[in-house]
Amino acid sequence: MTGPHLTTREDFREILRLVRPGSRVLDVGCGEGELLELLATQKAVEGRGLEISPEGVSACLARGLAVVQGDADDDLDYFPARAFDYAVLSQTLPQVRQPRHVLSELLRIAERAIVSLPNFGHWRIRLELLSLGRMPLTSSLPTPWWGTPNIHLCTLRDFTQLCDDLGLRIEACAALANGKPARPMAPKRAIENWRAESALFLLSRANAAPTLLTGDPKTELFG
Amino acid sequence: MSDGATSAELIETSGGVMRFAADQPLPLDCGTRIDGLEVAYNTYGSLNAAKSNAVLVCHALSMDQHAASRHPLTGKPGWWDQIIGPGRPLDTDRFFIICSNVVGGCAGSTGPSSIDPATGEPYGLTFPMVTVADMVRAQAMLVEALGIRRLFAAVGGSMGGMQVLQWAADYPERLHAAVAIACAPRHSAQNIAFHEVGRQAIMADPDWRGGDYARQGVRPEKGLAVARMAAHITYLSEQALQRKFGRELQRDGLSWGFDADFQIESYLRHQGAAFVDRFDANSYLYITRALDYFDLAAGHGGALAEAFRKSRDVRFCVFSFSSDWLYPTPESRQIVRALNAAGARASFVEIETDKGHDAFLLNESVFHAALAGFLKSGAEDRSVP
Repeated sequence: MTGPHLTTREDFREILRLVRPGSRVLDVGCGEGELLELLATQKAVEGRGLEISPEGVSACLARGLAVVQGDADDDLDYFPARAFDYAVLSQTLPQVRQPRHVLSELLRIAERAIVSLPNFGHWRIRLELLSLGRMPLTSSLPTPWWGTPNIHLCTLRDFTQLCDDLGLRIEACAALANGKPARPMAPKRAIENWRAESALFLLSRANAAPTLLTGDPKTELFG
Repeated sequence: MSDGATSAELIETSGGVMRFAADQPLPLDCGTRIDGLEVAYNTYGSLNAAKSNAVLVCHALSMDQHAASRHPLTGKPGWWDQIIGPGRPLDTDRFFIICSNVVGGCAGSTGPSSIDPATGEPYGLTFPMVTVADMVRAQAMLVEALGIRRLFAAVGGSMGGMQVLQWAADYPERLHAAVAIACAPRHSAQNIAFHEVGRQAIMADPDWRGGDYARQGVRPEKGLAVARMAAHITYLSEQALQRKFGRELQRDGLSWGFDADFQIESYLRHQGAAFVDRFDANSYLYITRALDYFDLAAGHGGALAEAFRKSRDVRFCVFSFSSDWLYPTPESRQIVRALNAAGARASFVEIETDKGHDAFLLNESVFHAALAGFLKSGAEDRSVP
């Protein structure tokens, strides 16, 4: 399976910044547990993981992590409500069978969800499709159509619409691009749907208390 | 298995039989008790000064305490000597391994072939019905008698895995980690059905004598062998049987009779015949019954998660094997989901293999690596050197 398309560290750096110390985190699609290990050592997080490959789970066990072999579509349903402070789904949402269900499950079992996903509305993708008439190949979507694990691609606008439909609050959002620092953005602005290659969202239920911010929300959440 | 044979000679074992005084009876789920309980056990490795490195290995239905040393009756290497030993997943340089024969068994612990102190005769069918929880209670008595207040881990496959789950439910404070392998939270109708075939085969043997064969100087060997043959099929997979035996014949051509024409027939007959040399028929009846009665959720209002409500501080690791149709993966997933629902610290891996239920006894490298990683990281976490 194709791993996260972004430089993993960059994705992780932002997630590390977002997560409160000592919180409970579920990493959905945790691979070999790099993020969970970082969260445990740097943020004293009590982590759990969900990973589809036995080799990935095995690597996590060797790191002392608690990881269950399973996937987002089938196994989130069995976690109790509000079992976690955060549920992390990094670059995996387009690969699940039921993104809408998975997203709402993430926010049933966790107070907040941290979701990153490629933006199919990015200008380079639009241009390639328009000019070549073929499925685009970009740094955030590097695999040909017949080999990609992505079965439910969406644009930034599609995703924010889904968040609205599910009654989710976007607490923070940043554009991610290979090799560049994360850039805080307002995801509903039309221009961002053109220029964000990939986006990272901090979501909560609309009826939940918002994250307490002490300073400027942008510098607090993303840097 | 060749390196297994050498390791059996390398690992030092000690142990013996723990005898409990009359004022320390084993209370049983069925309402009675066993006075003068005896628990036969082996140990491998050494207990550290802090007594923090003890691992209890729980054995399966047809096994015994000889997990990593030569079996005194068969001379064969221990059934888990690929797992237990220096540098192996249950590293004897790090851990102190205890493996005891279950109550109801026939390798030295009190069971139906033991002498009833009240009558001076073998118990036979007067032996009380025991359960998996009773087996675990006897193990807990042994562990305490060995001066160990808290185990680093309880580890077991098949019936051993069920004992591990029972340990976590009944003694969560006396357990740091629990490894349940190729098991289920309850016996299914199919599990009970196969066991019933085995029991009926034993009881149909004229030498069973209503369970009183020991006093009458006979043994229901044919019935026990058939029980073992039927059960053995459930430990393998169709693919593994096909790969190992296919339709291969024992000799050139068919016998046009009922000799063992096919290699699989000969193999099963051998399995049956070898089993009766080391196993007691009444023990087989009692232990299969204990398994059939096993339903961890039943004692907790039918909710499996409730069984683990107090086990949140135990680190669980559950393993299943993809071709195991005796205790298939969905049953392990039920355990894992209940653990998650209870908020316990659970890990789970399904190992891809065509070797069926018995894969937990075989050389499965992904399984061994995952088990070793789980135990090692847990030991480092607990500062078990």
